[in-house]
Amino acid sequence: MLDDFFSRALVAGISVALVTGPLGCVVVWRGLSYFGDTLAHAALLGVALGLLLNVHLTVAIIAVAVVMSLSLLALQRRGGLPSDALLGLLSHASLAIGLVVLASMTWVRVDLMGFLFGDILSVSRIDIIFIFVGGGAVLGLLAYIWTPLLAATVNRDLAAAEGLAPDPVSIAFTLMLATVIAISIKIIGVLLITALLIIPAATARFFARTPEQMAGLAAAIGVISVIAGLHGSLAFDTPSGPSIVVAGLVLFLIGLVALMLFSPQRRRRTAAALQSQGLNEVNTNARGPS
Amino acid sequence: MLQASSPLVVLSGAGIFRSGRWLIRDVDLSLQSNEIVTLIGPNGSGKSTTAKMALGLLKPDEGQAIQRDGLTVGYVPQSVTIDWSMPLSVTRFLSLTSKPRREALDEAMARTGVTHLAKAEVRTLSGGEFQRVLLARAIARKPDLLVLDEPVQGVDYSGEIALYDLISEVRDELRCAVLLISHDLHVVMAATDRVLCLNGHVCCEGSPTNVIESAAYRELFGSRAAGTLAVYRHDHDHVHHADGRVCHSDEACDDPHHGPVPAGGSVGDAG
Repeated sequence: MLDDFFSRALVAGISVALVTGPLGCVVVWRGLSYFGDTLAHAALLGVALGLLLNVHLTVAIIAVAVVMSLSLLALQRRGGLPSDALLGLLSHASLAIGLVVLASMTWVRVDLMGFLFGDILSVSRIDIIFIFVGGGAVLGLLAYIWTPLLAATVNRDLAAAEGLAPDPVSIAFTLMLATVIAISIKIIGVLLITALLIIPAATARFFARTPEQMAGLAAAIGVISVIAGLHGSLAFDTPSGPSIVVAGLVLFLIGLVALMLFSPQRRRRTAAALQSQGLNEVNTNARGPS
Repeated sequence: MLQASSPLVVLSGAGIFRSGRWLIRDVDLSLQSNEIVTLIGPNGSGKSTTAKMALGLLKPDEGQAIQRDGLTVGYVPQSVTIDWSMPLSVTRFLSLTSKPRREALDEAMARTGVTHLAKAEVRTLSGGEFQRVLLARAIARKPDLLVLDEPVQGVDYSGEIALYDLISEVRDELRCAVLLISHDLHVVMAATDRVLCLNGHVCCEGSPTNVIESAAYRELFGSRAAGTLAVYRHDHDHVHHADGRVCHSDEACDDPHHGPVPAGGSVGDAG
């Protein structure tokens, strides 16, 4: 079934979305959207260095992401600049260096657009193996560290006092983020990978009652976005990454409208309006937050 | 298993140095099972820092802090904020760091009076309600050591007394050590075994009554304050009204803003 490029892209994209859903929830909860974006931009530097030094691209991207994370920590410790300024510096500096290095390597022909926005034509069987192994490892590790990660996300001191080692799980989380970015590049591209982390999580937040529900729902929404986006990409000959993000955005907007139409507050308002018209028998099951 | 005789936590000559100054130094403190120790002191006197050393959250820059291995800790930090982006019900929050049995959760919620909030989202709770939920979470773990950093902040006056009663009940039942930081300089719960009065170091230490009478305490808080160090009791020489006033048997009422019934016979000692 993996003979044609589209099935390969579909399998790869769905596998990636299953991982970015839960991981993206943690990114949202921890306020790491911009950090994820920085790692993604740095991934292009990883691509450039990987080609220059003849290292496997996935390995090179993860290595650069680790260096970026450590640099950020060191710069934050030193103080002087706020975190968002430091992230902007690292993010755009690494993207720029990556572009310069790629352009200067005249002996390598690089499809820059493919790296920036994803290219489903280029997904190979080897890539799928990398996605299965890398994505499976990330999901497994995420499930393993879920309790301490969640506790550390709510309150670091609380987690530490009650014996859950918050700092190792935070470092592990950064590595997992780097891995997912590395394996997702061919599907969605470095510039839009953060969207696949954030948008399904944001849509899931509308309907979830527990962190676990939100993680599962985000994975499902991500899968739907990928399927719809890739079909759109094929039908309209648009780049795969932007198509997936547009599909995700449409789901987000549908969720937003559904919430506005069917939320408890809305139902209560409707019930109150009906009551004021003398329709007292209308049963108002709406119990909003007190 | 824990031996009743050896301490759970020992701080010896412990101090924390940050940004060119000592936040606290020379703390000697040992916490035994079945003992309630209250820390009091002005803002910035090192109460939370001391508690964090006892919890192992901060490594002392001098001296040492030793925690017994395998200690189950229940912690109520001073400030916890739940980001709106995380859907978290009270029930789910109670099993954030461990998964206590269902009955333990129900019992903890019943004791702290938050059973009706079980399904509510944590971020919709009021300050006082959230404080009770934090306490429920800590006691549902059945800890050996309970560390409470200003556990009654935002709780109304009669609720405050009920929570202090609950804390001493929990201590009696679990025989755990309780390290409590008082939000009010002048208030110490009645069941306190020892009070440590901090101001960058341990100013004085002892039973609540001893501390009120100590010269160091008066020097720190002024002789007028010494007259008002109060101990929360529940010995029925007074009545709690619904509006929060407390009336003595002789009909005299305390203004709720000035806190509890003075005890220790030290009113008027102030010079």
